[in-house]
Amino acid sequence: MTQNTFTLADLKRILLEGAGADSGSALEGDITDATFEELGYDSLALLETSTRIEREFHLAGDDDALITAKTPRELIELVNAQLAASV
Amino acid sequence: MTASVVVTGLGVTAPNGLGMADYWSATLEGRSGIGRVTRFDAEKYPTRLAGEVPGFDAGQYLPGRLLPQTDHMTRLALVAADWALDDAGVVPAELPEFSMGVVTASSSGGFEFGQRELQNLWSKGSQYVSAYQSFAWFYAVNTGQISIRHGMRGPSGVVVTDQAGGLDAVAQARRQIRKGVSLIVSGGVDSSVCPWGWVPQLATGRLSTADDPDRAYLPFDEAAAGHVPGEGGAILILEDADAARRRGAEHVYGEIAGYGATFDPRPGSDREPGLRRAIDVALADAGMAAADIDVVFADAAGTTELDRIEADAINAVFGPHAVPVTAPKTMTGRLHSGGAPLDLTAALLALRDGVIPPTVNVTAAPGYGLDLVTGEARERPLTSALVLARGVGGFNSAVVVRAV
Repeated sequence: MTQNTFTLADLKRILLEGAGADSGSALEGDITDATFEELGYDSLALLETSTRIEREFHLAGDDDALITAKTPRELIELVNAQLAASV
Repeated sequence: MTASVVVTGLGVTAPNGLGMADYWSATLEGRSGIGRVTRFDAEKYPTRLAGEVPGFDAGQYLPGRLLPQTDHMTRLALVAADWALDDAGVVPAELPEFSMGVVTASSSGGFEFGQRELQNLWSKGSQYVSAYQSFAWFYAVNTGQISIRHGMRGPSGVVVTDQAGGLDAVAQARRQIRKGVSLIVSGGVDSSVCPWGWVPQLATGRLSTADDPDRAYLPFDEAAAGHVPGEGGAILILEDADAARRRGAEHVYGEIAGYGATFDPRPGSDREPGLRRAIDVALADAGMAAADIDVVFADAAGTTELDRIEADAINAVFGPHAVPVTAPKTMTGRLHSGGAPLDLTAALLALRDGVIPPTVNVTAAPGYGLDLVTGEARERPLTSALVLARGVGGFNSAVVVRAV
C-alpha cells in the first residue's frame, strides 16, 4: 500500500501532524515556493517532518538529504526522487 | 545601595484555580483542588490522589505550533507567563530584548512527554521518537520556551532544588536585576502526573496513600501521613523598583526583601537541620527582626519528622504561638518547583488584601506550638510575610516579602 508519489497535500498534512500550525488556514494557498523559514518552521520542525515522511513512505532514511530542502517544492522533489529510486 | 526588587505581575495555574482570581477566591474560601488522578490510570498505584489543574485546554491559549513541542507542564507555564506579563502591563515586544530574562525553577522536567516518547522508542523504534524530545523533557524547557515566545534574551537560567527551587529561582532573578537587568520572568510551574513521574515520588516514601481527599494531606496534624502531589504553580514578574515606578507599573505587589538558603547536615548528623538558619539569613538580608514578620507560609511537608523540624525552626526564631502560620498548599498538594512560587503569590495577595488564607482539613497538633491558621481565613493588616520551602535532598530556602 506504499504510495509512490508524494504531494503537497501529503506535506501539508504531515507538517500539521508533526509540527502544528498557528491557525487552520496557515498552510492554505500556494505555499510551494515559500521558504520553510517564512512559513515558520525551524530546523527541528523540518527534522520531525522528514522523519515522519520517511516513516510513512518507507524511505531508506537519509535525514540529512531531506532537511536540506528550503521550500516545500524542494522537499517534494527530494522525496519523490527517493521514492523513484526505491522502486 | 542595593536595588529594591519588586513583583509587578502574577500568573497562576493551580489545582484550585486557573488564573489568579479563581485561585485566590478558592484559597480564601478554603476550596481544595485535590481529587482522584485523571491524567493517567492510577488505580493500581499506592497514591491515587493529585492536585490537577482543572479545565485547562492548551489549544485555547497557545498557538497550534507550540503544541507538538510542549509537555503539559510547559503549556501551563507558558500560559501562566502570558497572564503574569499581562497582569504587569508589560509588552515585551516594546522593550529591549537583552533587558529581559527568564529564571524558572524545575524539578523533573516534561515527564509526560518524555514517557510517551520513550514508549515510542522501545515499542516502535527510534524513527517514532519526536524530534522535540530533544528539549521538551528538559529541566530548562520552561525557561527556554518563555524566553523564545516573548523575545527575552537577557540573563536566563533554571534552578533545580526540588520544592525549594521556586524560592531559589526568585532569588537568582533578584540577583540578575541587581546586576542591571530590567525585568525577569520567574517562578515555576510543574507537572509530573504520569507513571514515570509518579514512581520516583513514591520511592521517597513521602506520598500519602489515603483515598479521601480531605484526609490525605494533613501537615502539623497528628494524622499527618505524607503529602499529595500536585501540578501547576505561578509565574512572577520581577522588576527593579525604580524601573517599575518609571514605567508606571499598575501593581506593585511587594518587594522580595530577604532571602536565605541553607543545606542540611548529612543524614545521621546530630547537627541542627538548616531551616532555622535559612530563616535567620533571610531576616538579616531583609534587615528585619522576627517580630516584623506578620505571617509564615510553611513548607508543610506533611510527615511527622519534617513537620517537627519546621515547627522547631519557626519556634526557635519567633517563639511558640508568636506568629500566624499557614499552609494553603493543603488545597493544592505539593507542586514541586511550582509550590513555592504559588505560596509567594498567596503571600503577596495576603499582603494586598489583609487576609491570611487558611490551612484546610488540619487539626493542629498542640505539641508543635504553632498558631496555625486553620478553618477559616483570618483578616488582619499585613505588611510582611515569610515563605518557607524545602527540597528533597536537604535544600532549605526562605524568602521575606514586604509591602511597599
